[in-house]
Amino acid sequence: MSELSVNHLLGIKGLSPEDIQLIFETADQFKEVINRPIKKVPSLRDITVANLFFENSTRTRLSFELAEKRLSADTINFSAASSSVKKGETLIDTVNNILSMKVDMVVMRHPNPGAAVFLSQNVDSIIVNAGDGAHEHPTQALLDAYSVREKHGDLKGKKVVIVGDILHSRVALSNVFCLQKLGAKVRVCGPTTLIPKHIQSLGVEVSHNLQESLDWCDIANMLRVQHERQDLKYFPSVREYTRQFGLTLPMLDALKKDITIMHPGPINRGVEITSEVADSDYSIILNQVENGVAIRMAVLYLLASKKKMNFKAE
Amino acid sequence: MIKKELLSGKSIEIILNRLTCELIENHGDFKNTVLIALQPRGLTVMDRILENLQANGISEVAHGVLDITFYRDDFRRRDIPLKPNQTRIDVILENKKVVFIDDVLFTGRSVRSALDAIHSFGRPTEIELLVLIDRRFSRELPIQPDYTGKQVDSLASQKVLVSWTIEGEKDAVYLIKPKNE
Repeated sequence: MSELSVNHLLGIKGLSPEDIQLIFETADQFKEVINRPIKKVPSLRDITVANLFFENSTRTRLSFELAEKRLSADTINFSAASSSVKKGETLIDTVNNILSMKVDMVVMRHPNPGAAVFLSQNVDSIIVNAGDGAHEHPTQALLDAYSVREKHGDLKGKKVVIVGDILHSRVALSNVFCLQKLGAKVRVCGPTTLIPKHIQSLGVEVSHNLQESLDWCDIANMLRVQHERQDLKYFPSVREYTRQFGLTLPMLDALKKDITIMHPGPINRGVEITSEVADSDYSIILNQVENGVAIRMAVLYLLASKKKMNFKAE
Repeated sequence: MIKKELLSGKSIEIILNRLTCELIENHGDFKNTVLIALQPRGLTVMDRILENLQANGISEVAHGVLDITFYRDDFRRRDIPLKPNQTRIDVILENKKVVFIDDVLFTGRSVRSALDAIHSFGRPTEIELLVLIDRRFSRELPIQPDYTGKQVDSLASQKVLVSWTIEGEKDAVYLIKPKNE
């Protein structure tokens, strides 16, 4: 298979395992490209991409923008803080205005779950979801799984624990879908208040004990506590959270096994993981960031390849 | 579909020996030369030439493989997109002599893409082209080989297929014609 089964990347849920493999195999080649002396290919030189960020982002926005530039696409950036959204314009109007400037693809982050799906149904453009509320963040899940694949090979049968604020995390949900499609076993671990009810219905195990989960897993993905999304207190204090769910180097050393630590960033050093863990050999956090560019290049390239040239219309 | 053998395994061996000798004539000890196989079909031709060079006492030849998928001029024009292959070039090509190696030269568009792609690895002093089969009269761009195994006259509707023992077939070159021609 050399083509994705989807026309937009809205979430991992809509991808097939073959789609994910194709993205990974394409990303392998882009990873080689971004390590060349000249890190640019001309594939998307006739494509214009709009990066619409209705919510703050550093890593994802830079990573997408770099991926677009490495593919020679033209890019325009938009952030909600400095736009007409503040004047009351609707999402469809905003996007249609941008599209009438002949934009081919839209990369969007939005605080509302389902915003990307809604957009894909209402505007004529390729949509890439860069995070919609607490719903999905597909490129993050893809780069996480890709980074694990790079270190461990096949993900089949691998045990992955996602630790922390599962309730408010789009990374967690996309990771669950992605890892399961690739045959990994997934467990979530965190305080009772931060684990969504009925998450077992997705086929994941639930634990409230970090030590026991570390004993079980091959890979631990440590999530950030998302204070900005929490409208009430979910645990008594950050100090207590750290004592229960914070990961330290002595804990990892005591395991005496080849465990891999991931973090989608930004890290709250000293809260969910200590600095020593983040900078240790167990951590593949910086590999995740590098792989993020390659994965996003693959996604943009594969989606663009489905938009055939139409000389009559242009 | 009619399959006609153009070259036997023995003929291919003789041709590859001649191409190796021509390369040695122009590149001497290969100290400043890098062989670059164009993915996917140039790889076996290059491996065979490297074997021949070794038999001639030239064992340390810098070489790599180049995939041109991201540089093609038919992106978003093909019905089914091509899957990219691996690129592996571990040498900086700045001020080197580069020899592109491919099995069949047809329209010249792959070579054009390769000329574009190779500059990501530095600026070579010169680039040459070696092909096993030159489908002359089919060129769409002003590109000609420097080393040619055999020239073949064929129509655009026909195919030239190079098969290799290493891929489970016997070494041979075939011309494949549609039945009605």
